[in-house]
Amino acid sequence: MMKFRFRRQGADPQREKLKQELFAFNKTVEHGFPNQPSALAFDPELRIMAIGTRSGAVKIYGAPGVEFTGLHRDTATVTQMHFLPGQGRLLTLLDDSSLHLWEIIHHNGCAHLEEALSFQLPSRPGFDGASAPPSLMRVTVVLLVAAGDMAALGTEGGSVFFLDVTTLTLLEGQTLGPDEVLRSLPDDYRCGKALGPVESLQGHLRDPTKILIGYSRGLLVIWNQAARCVDHVFLGNQQLESLCWGRDGSTVTSSHSDGSYAVWSPEVGSSLALQPTVATTPYGPFPCKAINKILWRNCESGGHFIIFSGGMPRASYGDRHCVSVLRAEVLVTLDFTSRIIDFFTVHSTRPEDEYDDPQALAVLLEEELVVLDLQTPGWPAVPAPYLAPLHSSAITCSAHVANVPAKLWARIVSAGEQQSPQPASSASSWPITGGRSLAQEPSQRGLLLTGHEDGTVRFWDASGVALRPLYKLSTAGLFQTDCEHADSLAQAAEDDWPPFRKVGCFDPYSDDPRLGVQKVSLCKYTAQMVVAGTAGQVLVLELSDVPSEHVVSVASVDLLQDREGFTWKGHERLSPRTGLLPWAAGFQPRVLVQCLPPAAVTAVTLHTEWGLVAFGTSHGFGLFDYQRKSPVLARCTLHPNDSLAMEGPLSRVKSLKKSLRQSFRRIRKSRVSGKKRAANANSKLQEANAQLAEQACPHDVEMTPVQRRIEPRSADDSLSGVVRCLYFADTFLRDAAHHGPTMWAGTNSGSVFAYALEVPVAAGAGSEKRPEGMVEAVLGKEVQLMHRAPVVAIAVLDGRGRPLPEPYEASRDLAQAPDMQGGHAVLIASEEQFKVFTLPKVSAKTKFKLTAHEGCRVRKVALATFASVACEDYAETCLACLTNLGDVHVFSVPGLRPQVHYSCIRKEDISGIASCVFTRHGQGFYLISPSEFERFSLSARNITEPLCSLDISWPRNATRARLRESPKLSQANGTPSIILAPQSCDGSPDPAHSKGTDTSEPLEAVLSPMSVDSATSADTTLDTTGDVTVEDVKDFLGSSEESEKNLRNLVEDEARACAILIK
Amino acid sequence: MNRSFHKSQTLRFYDCSAVEVKSKFGAEFRRFSLDRHKPGKFEDFYKLVVHTHRISSSDVTIGYADVHGDLLPINNDDNFCKAVSSANPLLRVFIQKREEADHYNFGAGTLSRKKKVLVALRDEGLRRRAHLDISMPHDFRPVSSVIDVDILPETHRRVRLYRHGCEKPLGFYIRDGVSMRVTPHGLEKVPGIFISRMVPGGLAESTGLLAVNDEVLEVNGIEVAGKTLDQVTDMMIANSHNLIVTVKPANQRNNVVRGGRAPGSACPSSEGAGPPAPHVLQNFHPYEAESDEDADIVIEGAVAPPAPTRGAPPGGLARANGTSLVPRRPRDGSIHRLLSTLQPDPRHSLVLPRGGVEEHGPALTL
Repeated sequence: MMKFRFRRQGADPQREKLKQELFAFNKTVEHGFPNQPSALAFDPELRIMAIGTRSGAVKIYGAPGVEFTGLHRDTATVTQMHFLPGQGRLLTLLDDSSLHLWEIIHHNGCAHLEEALSFQLPSRPGFDGASAPPSLMRVTVVLLVAAGDMAALGTEGGSVFFLDVTTLTLLEGQTLGPDEVLRSLPDDYRCGKALGPVESLQGHLRDPTKILIGYSRGLLVIWNQAARCVDHVFLGNQQLESLCWGRDGSTVTSSHSDGSYAVWSPEVGSSLALQPTVATTPYGPFPCKAINKILWRNCESGGHFIIFSGGMPRASYGDRHCVSVLRAEVLVTLDFTSRIIDFFTVHSTRPEDEYDDPQALAVLLEEELVVLDLQTPGWPAVPAPYLAPLHSSAITCSAHVANVPAKLWARIVSAGEQQSPQPASSASSWPITGGRSLAQEPSQRGLLLTGHEDGTVRFWDASGVALRPLYKLSTAGLFQTDCEHADSLAQAAEDDWPPFRKVGCFDPYSDDPRLGVQKVSLCKYTAQMVVAGTAGQVLVLELSDVPSEHVVSVASVDLLQDREGFTWKGHERLSPRTGLLPWAAGFQPRVLVQCLPPAAVTAVTLHTEWGLVAFGTSHGFGLFDYQRKSPVLARCTLHPNDSLAMEGPLSRVKSLKKSLRQSFRRIRKSRVSGKKRAANANSKLQEANAQLAEQACPHDVEMTPVQRRIEPRSADDSLSGVVRCLYFADTFLRDAAHHGPTMWAGTNSGSVFAYALEVPVAAGAGSEKRPEGMVEAVLGKEVQLMHRAPVVAIAVLDGRGRPLPEPYEASRDLAQAPDMQGGHAVLIASEEQFKVFTLPKVSAKTKFKLTAHEGCRVRKVALATFASVACEDYAETCLACLTNLGDVHVFSVPGLRPQVHYSCIRKEDISGIASCVFTRHGQGFYLISPSEFERFSLSARNITEPLCSLDISWPRNATRARLRESPKLSQANGTPSIILAPQSCDGSPDPAHSKGTDTSEPLEAVLSPMSVDSATSADTTLDTTGDVTVEDVKDFLGSSEESEKNLRNLVEDEARACAILIK
Repeated sequence: MNRSFHKSQTLRFYDCSAVEVKSKFGAEFRRFSLDRHKPGKFEDFYKLVVHTHRISSSDVTIGYADVHGDLLPINNDDNFCKAVSSANPLLRVFIQKREEADHYNFGAGTLSRKKKVLVALRDEGLRRRAHLDISMPHDFRPVSSVIDVDILPETHRRVRLYRHGCEKPLGFYIRDGVSMRVTPHGLEKVPGIFISRMVPGGLAESTGLLAVNDEVLEVNGIEVAGKTLDQVTDMMIANSHNLIVTVKPANQRNNVVRGGRAPGSACPSSEGAGPPAPHVLQNFHPYEAESDEDADIVIEGAVAPPAPTRGAPPGGLARANGTSLVPRRPRDGSIHRLLSTLQPDPRHSLVLPRGGVEEHGPALTL
């Protein structure tokens, strides 16, 4: 016992080294669509696209797998972004009017995005008048002129400032104030009014000295920066929204707040134009909303594209989010489901080309990115290889399947292709193709399944950096739902003006909340899966390569059994469609089991080898033989006092009830106090006294501190019957000599039920299906954890302490057969502690009390295999655990010794913690926003991160000897992390660095501590220690000496106290 | 077997006024029943017991196992009444001849498993001194104790709360606050956890050892410094079976006086000295605080091992506390079918603790 305890305290250096080889924490990549995008930019030369968000994140995307992420220091909205073409540099404007220059920098051959410079416009520039209020200095627009050497900033006050981009310094003396422009205007237009903020700045493709300036009031000016004079003036009178300058400079298109646009052409002769050549209101004549942005693109085949957003008739379609694409007589109104942020066309930008020839139109919406192919007739949408809107319907659950067999993978991919046939041309026409992904082909295929509120399950390719949609399974077709959307679609088709076209797949509206998917489980060897939903429906599905028409057998299982006195007050169960139903190729339902009462399914597990599915709700659990289509077992887990579980969807009812009760109390209290006051109001003296008394003690009332009650869990806590986990295992439950199929169930109140199953065994080993015959379940053990914490997970470990393989894994030689000789053990993870019990005796072997020691609770738990970076074939199975504080802990199995822990998610991010899912190889996903999964890895070896390069050409003179501290790379959700240098490149510095500072490569690649940081550092933080001087050392020694002295004093005091005691 | 199974089921039903009594004298068992609401006088009960067991010498002590598995005496009307009314579901009565009776075997934990050796060693000194017989101390069970007085600074107090069963809550609230600490940099304000209020009638209040505004320094040997209120709450609840809190009492006048120093004149350096110095903690290791009181209950189902391979658990007596332990009836039919395949006589398949208590239906072990 003593020895045991001492060993726990000491740190074994060998073990520490091994830990460093096994574990490392990295947040690697964000999958999905950036939350709350606010800005868009495209670099036509490098063919990369940048998206800025309201939280200050910058994400750059190129070819699939090419991704860069950066985060501004302040969480301010990114309002505008501009690429310096071909340089891999990006200028961002935040809503605090600060400008930031980002650079894609190569370290050891891999590119990263880093912030290089930032700039804040001085609030009091010299000549603009000292009295200029700060709001006039707000930057409204940014334009890069002269190939990105200089930037023009339009401000709210109407001035245009010029900035040297490479150093982000203001070019003094070049500022163009509104007065200068006003001077060249005719008097009758001037009429004493200000020009308003600068609304738009446009550059000329061929003549970089000319700038088109649009003021809010409607005035358009072509300014010659070289000559510092006004070339042309267009006297617009309608409030300006945006401008577009044609390639040859002969057309200027302006859009206005009344929903009209105008085309101006600068005549050679006069420098003043009073009227536009064309002015139309496309969706008139009734009042229209503003056209926010307009693009004019000419084509070689004649004609031009006019693409604009907004401008819809205010009364009838004012709430639609539309982009109109007009070419000659063809007008298409693209109708989106979310707000339009920005859009751009992919077109030729070489000055020598005659025409724009737009290839594609990319529209960034609040919730998704839509790309249309403008060269194919009909302008079809191009499926995006990344940026998938994960949340097209809200994600309700997720699961990860590792090591998917190639055969199943191909079948799922082909089912997905049949589902949404892609024309061969558009598959290759994704226009954003910049950069090269250096990441190796993933060694194994990982499938991420997300269950959604609308009853769909989506299959994602999670093998690499880009999360690609593979297949979508809808379960809604099996049920009769209230609203059929066929008629609404027909209605939309009747209106032919404006010619709406529904684009995009973001559809957050669910037909029926009962369809929501709660739990998903997939067997990768038999391609069978189970999907369980909110209304207690459990669907067993099987992948089929051909469409079929068949009847789905329906069964219902009463989980309450003979419990009396309970009535279900929640939603009704879904009514399934009966008869022959057509099913497309893909996962086709075979059996539907409906739980009674129809509470949401809280746990589900599938064993394809035995043909069994187990499911649990807040009332109990059931076991169903889907091969014979007969129920095997139903067990109620409700505590007699548990009444809340019967009142339907849990949280809502509870909170409503609570709030109702509270509001009644409040009413009652106020009535009582009101009466009192009325009684007291007899005399004024009394009233005054009462007031005095009230004033004297408000502190006590208001200062009620946050307090927590110390109250142990009692047996009759509400919702104790919720089944939290279900598990199948072939292990020793009856005696140590015979093993057999078992089923385990854990509840919210810390009860574990273990059933011995009698499953007919197949005669031959090769036969796929088990023979017909009754399956029986007999209760073998019942464990009540004394601390009564909810059971989060159950797993059986074999004689060598490894988890049992999945069904068919052992019989098909895909995994090492479990050790059936040594004693098995069951690992029960509750919210508070982990315990390993021996089997079949169920006596506690080891335990770790997480809550008692650390004060945190277990939220998610998974057994994962961690491979070593040092040794090719060394791996350990460990228990990964996410706590309610967002920390990830790793424990050895079955010793349950804490190995490492990292803080992963903010503890306030409850949905992130709830959504976390671990993979079998030490990675994990969690939602950082409704639409984004953050991927992290705990394994030192198994890391999926974007490794990519970009061919950047910087101008020769751009190299500066800038020495600065390397910023910490951080993730877009605000958690700083360390990106480790890739091992493959370790010790092989880029030859470009050795040439000296005069190369086009930036200097900081050599100086950065990034390259020093080794891949094996586990939880070190980068410290940027500068030069250590003698003074520093002295200071350090002095302070430590002093504290030591203090400590010694304290210790002496204690010793004296002890001495007195001994006397 | 089937018959008795049903019988015990009905008898253990809550509202039934009859209380099943199982009385043990030596190796003999007797069963009879009492009216829960009108148990009668102790005298009558005593006579009944003596009569049913046919004990010649009438000098016996009667004890019973309460819901926590503690052996408590029945020697007057009050505790007899209490024993009958709290019987849940059956009242187990133990009879010993007075001359054989060990005086010290009443009290908490006497029926539960043995303590860990180390815990026992540590407590030995206390126990030896505690054997002053003052008017039947064994009628009582410990509710709380002040422990480790010799190793803690005088300003601190380590309180152990014993919780029995689930009926009585620990009964206090904690809050965030600010406390003064002596650090190497001088006096500093640091966040701390304080007791904010007591539940009237709760365990904490009844001990009188904890008070409002006491600062909580440790929970079961783990410092709370740097932990959030919620974390500390969870730690206390997770340790609620055997909660040991180290507090700095707000009222320092009732401290244990050591070495003749006057109360309140504690040496200024240790006044508010924050977490006790490491050496103070060394004979109190967090892992030591793990008692076996939280041993989980395993109920063997119908498919118990074919032959009982081990004897009775060390405690000798199975413990049945809480209704959740009432054996649930397995699915009809299947159990018998299965049992008959295993053993010709189903009764042999049940765990019968050797020399222990006879139980009907699935047996309970610890």
